Amino acid sequence: MKKIVMMTLALLFCGVHGFGQGVIQIKGSDTMINLVQRLAEVYMEAHPDASIAVTGGGSGVGIAALIANRVHIADASREIKPKEIAMAKENGVVPYEIAIAIDGLCVIVNEANPIKSLTMSQIGQIFRGEITHWKELGGKDLPISLYGRQPNSGTYVFFMEHVLGNKDYSPRMKRMNGNAQIVEGIISDKAGIGYVGVGYVYDDKGNIRQGLKVLPVAKDEKSEPVTPLVAENVKSGKYPIARALYQYTNGKPKGAVKAFIAFELSPEGQKIVEEMGFYSVAGKYLENNKKAGF
Amino acid sequence: MGLKSRVRWRQVKEKCIAQFFQWNGILAIVVLFGIFSLLLLEGIPAVKALGLKEFLFSDHWDPTSPERESYGILALLVSTFMVSFGALVITIPIGIATAAYLAEVAPPRIRELVKPMIEILAGIPSVVVGFLGILVVGPVITRLFHVSHGLTALNGAVLLAVMALPTIISISEDAIVSVPHEFKQASLALGATRWQTLTQVTLPAAASGIFASVMLGMGRAIGETMTVLMACGNAPSMPRGYLDSIQTMTATIAIELGETVQGDIHYRSLFVIGFLLFVMTFVVNLISDLVLEKYRRMWQR
Repeated sequence: MKKIVMMTLALLFCGVHGFGQGVIQIKGSDTMINLVQRLAEVYMEAHPDASIAVTGGGSGVGIAALIANRVHIADASREIKPKEIAMAKENGVVPYEIAIAIDGLCVIVNEANPIKSLTMSQIGQIFRGEITHWKELGGKDLPISLYGRQPNSGTYVFFMEHVLGNKDYSPRMKRMNGNAQIVEGIISDKAGIGYVGVGYVYDDKGNIRQGLKVLPVAKDEKSEPVTPLVAENVKSGKYPIARALYQYTNGKPKGAVKAFIAFELSPEGQKIVEEMGFYSVAGKYLENNKKAGF
Repeated sequence: MGLKSRVRWRQVKEKCIAQFFQWNGILAIVVLFGIFSLLLLEGIPAVKALGLKEFLFSDHWDPTSPERESYGILALLVSTFMVSFGALVITIPIGIATAAYLAEVAPPRIRELVKPMIEILAGIPSVVVGFLGILVVGPVITRLFHVSHGLTALNGAVLLAVMALPTIISISEDAIVSVPHEFKQASLALGATRWQTLTQVTLPAAASGIFASVMLGMGRAIGETMTVLMACGNAPSMPRGYLDSIQTMTATIAIELGETVQGDIHYRSLFVIGFLLFVMTFVVNLISDLVLEKYRRMWQR
């Protein structure tokens, strides 16, 4: 009896005090959860002694957990904010940034939507609530139905900063719980428009999901619209809503955490990244990763 | 052991048990006040810093806005009332009709079959009901009202109606059953039909019990989170009608608490919403309790 009580207390204590030594705790971005889970599965198959737990909640939640020193790795689909770095340092946490994949953020509509492409400024106006009707864009006679993420999402923040010009989203935008929910919403909503990571527009066989249309996006009126479905467009920066998917650690990664991240960045890991629909790390992000020792 | 000591032992034991129950009762009160003061203490700094005016009259809720952080809860409050009210409009007629049928008309065999089923309905997890909203109710709304999507206030109202139904049925049924037989017999003896007896004698006599059941159902609807989070679209704008997407107070807390930093204004303002919710459900439950108590005394002889 006494033993059971002690064990329960010990478990409770572990729960409250965050993480034990054996398991690598990863938390954060919903965009990255499937990807990182897959990477962890493959890694654990090859390394039976390794144990990795991946949970979601959104980039904001992951970074908040890193600041509170409750996880080893925070997944984030946006860069950590200066305010968050300051709060982390107050807690004695020093965030290190590693890009593990590149994402072309896709603007998606229902397949029945006749719109062929949009410019960045049009997308900004749509999500700020300044354009409210598809007719204004030469589309059908339907009011636009907006799908976005919730404020704890890195995608929400990234899209707001880079597409809306750091202005408010329309309060009429539906705040969905995850990328998959947005995709489901758009598939059943003829007037819908939303944004998701490129890994979420494919089905199991690698085709675009039925009922979904990924819009090519033009930087401005003069530029050609570019699709995010071609790796080259996203990696070269020709596609205007490209971003890195990051992992943050407390201090330079070492030991088991370092070994796992090294696997993610290895050719084998990067192949999984591509299989999941995202793009392998390239260019300036490789430089940046060197600072963290990779 | 002698008889005397055995009696004394039993007295001590009984005293201990009585004490134990008393302390449990006190614990419940302590927890209630604890929650109340926690919400109050965590919320007050936000009201002090922003002013009550910001909460009550600024146009919308957007604490992470890059332009102007706003904390207007009016749209959230209206949304919560809209789904709860809509749910009651749907659930009251169905609930009372079912209760009256079960209490007055149904043969015992059907009654024994239906009652446990309704109780099972009460046990369905709200996440599952939310699924139902996305997969079934949403598409039906889309088709019936020719709108592009079904993630609307109406969807939430329909689901909350289903969830409030068991409460309303079982408490109303109790109320109808406990109307004294003499009332009905007198009415029937005067030549009233069974329908007249039901609508003009039995139901009015059970009115306060039925009212209490409705208030309890409403309390459930106001506090429900997961279902409305999944089915209503979560657009924090002021709703223009039942076919708009809405975000309730509960959904706001559920969505935003995870990412806030403990102690900052955004975090504390969520406690203000929590406090308001607490007060609302408390008042609703209190009213139903008072009415039920009065009702009980009325038939006590």
